[in-house]
Amino acid sequence: MLDVLAGFVGELRAAGLPVSLTESLDAAEAVHHIPLEDRDALKYALGATLVKSSAHWKAFETAFEVYFSMRGPEYEIDAEPPEPSDHAPDGEADMPPGVGRQGGGGEPLSAEELAELLFRALLSANDAQVGALARQAVSRYAGMEPGRPVGGTYYLYRTLRNLDLDGLLERLMQTARAASPEGQLTPLEDRLARDEFQARLDRLRRELEDEIRRRLVADRGSEALARSLRKPLPEEIDFMHATREELASLRRAIHPLTRKLAVRLARKRRHGRKGPLDFRSTMRHSLSTGGVPVDPKFRYPRPAKPEIVVIADISGSVAAFARFTLHLVHAISSQFSKVRSFVFIDGIDEVTRFFEGVDDVSEAVHRINTEADVVWVDGHSDYGHALSVFWERWGEDITPRTSVLLLGDARNNYHASQAWVVQEIRHRARHVYWLNPEPRAYWGTGDSILGEYAVHCDNVFECRNLRQLEHFVTELA
Amino acid sequence: MSEAPPRPAVSTESGSAGSGPAEAGPGSPNALGFPDPGPPLFSSVVDVRERLAQVGYLADDGIAGVVHLADRLAKPVLVEGPAGTGKTELAKSVARITGSRLIRLQCYEGLDESKALYEWNYKKQLLRIQAQRIASETAEADGAEPDGAIRTGDSWREIEEDIFSEEFLLTRPLLEAIRAPEPVVLLVDEVDRVELETEALLLEVLSEYQVSIPELGTVRAEQIPLVFLTSNNTRELSEALKRRCLYLHLDYPSLDRERAIVRARVPGVTEELADQVARIVRSLRTLELKKYPSVSETLDWARTLVVLGVESIDAEQAKATLHVLLKYRSDLERAAKELAVAGEDPV
Repeated sequence: MLDVLAGFVGELRAAGLPVSLTESLDAAEAVHHIPLEDRDALKYALGATLVKSSAHWKAFETAFEVYFSMRGPEYEIDAEPPEPSDHAPDGEADMPPGVGRQGGGGEPLSAEELAELLFRALLSANDAQVGALARQAVSRYAGMEPGRPVGGTYYLYRTLRNLDLDGLLERLMQTARAASPEGQLTPLEDRLARDEFQARLDRLRRELEDEIRRRLVADRGSEALARSLRKPLPEEIDFMHATREELASLRRAIHPLTRKLAVRLARKRRHGRKGPLDFRSTMRHSLSTGGVPVDPKFRYPRPAKPEIVVIADISGSVAAFARFTLHLVHAISSQFSKVRSFVFIDGIDEVTRFFEGVDDVSEAVHRINTEADVVWVDGHSDYGHALSVFWERWGEDITPRTSVLLLGDARNNYHASQAWVVQEIRHRARHVYWLNPEPRAYWGTGDSILGEYAVHCDNVFECRNLRQLEHFVTELA
Repeated sequence: MSEAPPRPAVSTESGSAGSGPAEAGPGSPNALGFPDPGPPLFSSVVDVRERLAQVGYLADDGIAGVVHLADRLAKPVLVEGPAGTGKTELAKSVARITGSRLIRLQCYEGLDESKALYEWNYKKQLLRIQAQRIASETAEADGAEPDGAIRTGDSWREIEEDIFSEEFLLTRPLLEAIRAPEPVVLLVDEVDRVELETEALLLEVLSEYQVSIPELGTVRAEQIPLVFLTSNNTRELSEALKRRCLYLHLDYPSLDRERAIVRARVPGVTEELADQVARIVRSLRTLELKKYPSVSETLDWARTLVVLGVESIDAEQAKATLHVLLKYRSDLERAAKELAVAGEDPV
């Protein structure tokens, strides 16, 4: 057990979770107090002692499933493919004859039979049977071959394509509608029924994933699989290469992040450096010590809030990065005296108006993508043109209290750089920062002309993930 | 840990017979100097869940498991999660089922040692000194021989011993929990509100179950209190604090659990209504809202519906009472729209 635990902790650390020595000792201790045959209890015991942040729970879950998937008798997979035998012992009793025969190792079900059984199991929310059928579906459709170096997603995709979940959902909905007294559901009921079936289908999907993972572990062993399943934590996802799923998890992560940042910055502002002695307050407080000023009081300084101008490239390659930065900066705009945003591809447009009077920042960011007028000629990034137009139209608005943030990868498609604009801006502004979502090693390669701009900036930051972005914003305010 | 400075040993215990205070080290059997944890409060995870259910708190496996472990490992529990998912309620319920006293420390910005741990009753000390002076002056006036420096020195030491004793100590929640002879549940509420530096105050209490008072010595716990810290996650807590705790993330409950909670907590609710309420709330949580309806808001909503005499919700009624669930105008609009146009594909 200790070996397994040590390997598991090693995997968690490799996935980026900070697990300290005391925590793994606690986990070892905790394991003594729970019934080991109870897999859920083990999971919660390990979770409570090893994982100290809800953002890390998902990574923990994946690693747990991999490491402890094979270690129960009910999950034993026969070496002889393809039918997993006697799983879900409590579900067997109420299974229709077809499945019972099947579980005994008889001839496989036909595709139609499988689909029909699955449909009925979903309709009656029979979890045990859904689980059993999910296993069958995997062995039938996924076409898993030992030793094939393909990820789990590939198998999942193959299985799902054959099961046609959307079609199932429609069929379930129709049955539900037919079952209601008037043969018709009110919109509200319709919505609720749909959500219910969707939840059941999600469950099925999870069952499928679990089953595929179990088989992969059996094939390749926990360590290898854990390595291949390892996903970056939300705060470490690379903006430039995020998949759609990762972008969704980024969006979920950014909301709590903005809240935290706002609280932290507000506190920093209030409790930062001590100001000069507040004589009046000191005297007032000295009354309780008989007139002896034991506890000197200080005035809190009120540093001026910076004014921010964001100029962001929103062309394809860096759009996600620009979106997140705009989102973040506007969500904490109360920490700045004024925020103005400009977006460009080869034309440039001010988008501050989208954020005004809107309390949903993500809505505003969405509108930028659809409504801002940023294409001038061909819709390929032209930093030079965008910057010179900016200087012409809004250059006057830059004051010595303004901090200018330039966002982009400076890949200029071999247009003229017009770097003099950045120089001019710098003369007038308090600070000019450049945030680049590309890894530092790529700067200045190919058509990237970051170097030409960088000489005129106060600093250039690599901003590839939320953690780096958060760090920068904290420094800024 | 440093032992107490060589002040005269003053009993810090108020008439209890257990292992003594600071200096009575041998009384504690544990190698780490912990007091004896005593018999476990719960026999198993199932036991925790059943007893919690008796007082109307429906725990899932995760919650019950962590409470069980906290009791066995004598570790504090850090409960994190969105507002209104029953974090504080958990601590209260555990206190109720174990028959312990609940001591609550509500955290806020600017909380300091004197509000969390202990404070010397400064005004009473002043009075004491003044009373002493008057007494000695009257004694002098009565013609007792003025014995000069030695007398004053003696009396000063006497006074000092006196004014830094038990009598002049104002205990605050943390010290109170440590010193209590009876079983105690300590709830440190919204610990994310204190500043990072103040968090350090908690560390000694949470890991060693002791409090060092320079004038008195180290006060060790009579019994290990069950500690719950709650956090709304407005900032990252320090690693040091997290490391000492078991972590429990309380999320919105599953459909079944929420339905059961509504039935247990709202008197007079029918099964059908509870089911509908839980399902509508789940649908709302799948939308992109600024603030999701919490469990407490679900309960409020169910109560509202019961008071209004609603037996089965239709779209109109749902719309009219949604403001109990959702607290932002934009959320309300979006929810109303979503619930109304759900059947976009008529049969």
